Amino acid sequence: MRDMTEKKKTQASIVLSLLAVVIAALLLYCVNTYTKPTFMLRTVLQLGAIYALVAVSMNLLNGFTGLFSLGQAGFMAVGAYTFAIFTIPVGSRSGVYYLYGVADWLANIQFPIWGGLLAAGLVAAVLAALIGAPVLRLKSDYFAIATLGFAEIVRIIVGSTPMNRVTNGSLGLKMIPKFPNFYFPFLIAGICILIIALLLRSSYGRAFKAIREDEIAAEAMGINLAKHKQMSFIISSFFAGIGGALMGMFLGAITSTTFNVTLTYNILLIVVIGGMGSMTGSVLSAFLVIAAREWWLRFLDQEMVIGTFHVPFLKTGFRMVVFSIILMLVVLFFRRGIMGTKEFNWNFILKRLDKKKDAKPSAGGESA
Amino acid sequence: MSNILEIKNLVVSYGGIEAVKGIDMIVPEGEIVTLIGANGAGKSTTLKSIAGLVKPRQASIQFKGQEIVGKTPDFIVSQGITLVPEGRRVFPNLTVMENLRIGAYLRKDNLKDDLEYVFSLFPRLKEREWQMAGTLSGGEQQMLAVGRALMSRPKLIMMDEPSLGLAPLVVKDIFTIIQTINEQGITVLLIEQNANMALKVAHKAYVIETGKITMEGTGAELLANEEIKEAYLGKTK
Repeated sequence: MRDMTEKKKTQASIVLSLLAVVIAALLLYCVNTYTKPTFMLRTVLQLGAIYALVAVSMNLLNGFTGLFSLGQAGFMAVGAYTFAIFTIPVGSRSGVYYLYGVADWLANIQFPIWGGLLAAGLVAAVLAALIGAPVLRLKSDYFAIATLGFAEIVRIIVGSTPMNRVTNGSLGLKMIPKFPNFYFPFLIAGICILIIALLLRSSYGRAFKAIREDEIAAEAMGINLAKHKQMSFIISSFFAGIGGALMGMFLGAITSTTFNVTLTYNILLIVVIGGMGSMTGSVLSAFLVIAAREWWLRFLDQEMVIGTFHVPFLKTGFRMVVFSIILMLVVLFFRRGIMGTKEFNWNFILKRLDKKKDAKPSAGGESA
Repeated sequence: MSNILEIKNLVVSYGGIEAVKGIDMIVPEGEIVTLIGANGAGKSTTLKSIAGLVKPRQASIQFKGQEIVGKTPDFIVSQGITLVPEGRRVFPNLTVMENLRIGAYLRKDNLKDDLEYVFSLFPRLKEREWQMAGTLSGGEQQMLAVGRALMSRPKLIMMDEPSLGLAPLVVKDIFTIIQTINEQGITVLLIEQNANMALKVAHKAYVIETGKITMEGTGAELLANEEIKEAYLGKTK
């Protein structure tokens, strides 16, 4: 009897999730068809999807496995550069590397976009595997410092003179292929987040959480700490690499300063606001934070005159002040982020609807 | 009857200080064996060495005739030894169900029967299946810790001070459960400061003092021993 209702509930959840994905796709279609290409909503949604992917990948490591890493920007840089190096059209290489010229081995290699994305993830993952063994021996703060250091090293190596003929040194790379269409970042981010979600629902996901909760007990249960930490680190980096590549496609041009420490902090901010240990929280918060910072608060950067009253303080940069204050308030009132460690759950909503039957079913819900 | 576990000359040191100074122990299959001793005598270190959580400086530990010194904890768990760690150490922000599933982490087969078995031992856990383990009472957490360990289908279950910090009535329940588990064919190695209770249920007992075994015998023998009474059972002269 109980099993029956459980089954029904899961079935209902799956149907509702699919429905939400379809609705989200329709909304995206509407946005694409009925808005001008310069409309801010388009940018915010695309950037939000990229940040959602990177935030979820960081959450896998920081929130679910309990390894506080600050190296996300480093892996994004690796991903973005790998993608750019292999996908900039061969024909425009001479224009991009106009000052130093392009390395001979590289001159005639060009990957398709999907190949570039895969390469971006793989190179980031291999690098994570290499540094993982020594770095993962460190605990908490020391681990954070080591990964932060790693990210800076990556950034400096990428922008250094010996790398001129590969990464174009401090000049950075441009002419990176743009998104082939409006839906591309949503599709890639959606697939990646779905993979992470499935991983976290498997027994590996439980093992990660066990490590976060209590390393000694996890080890006593037969969970190999080193192996699972390494795995979490590599998977997180793989998706950070893909996120970095998407960022490169979004921007069209990158330099080593694109991936400085501030980027890591921005992602960390999204993860913390969404809730450490909640994937849906990260996705939700990615869109909210990007929308607030890039769009909703923009008006604060312009001068405003109401009647004859000239509103004080409003000038370029003021929105960041307001943004920071809002963040402080959010953190004050939602100590553990918007979602805590909980996930968005249809059962919860169904229960609510059961209580007040007259309420109309709402069409909300983020597509994963 | 064969010995499921044989320990010979176990020496463990922490940064130059010897915590365990060459002990020999045998655990016969199907029995409850207890190791009693004061704080810092080396009881927990002994268990941790068996579980592979601590690397001994020298030792021979044979489990069913197989040498397990130097093996990783996950290998040792997969061979059929589990440890119920001191202070319970349940995963506080995971549900009771998730805790139990993690106990069976190394097994890939169906867990349904095992879950039913654990719930039949601890009906309270069934009621609290979806509750966060951190919100359980101390006794319930201990039940969960034992249930979690049973999920790996151990042949030898090692318990590190299961009575620690629990009310006397709850301690009694836990010891009843230990006997029940044992009657179902699982060998138990029990560490206790609560010597009275431990000796009552044990078939065989060892006394450890500052890293050395000073006495051994059946539970009943040690319970009747004057020295033991004086040192561990709180009887005055």
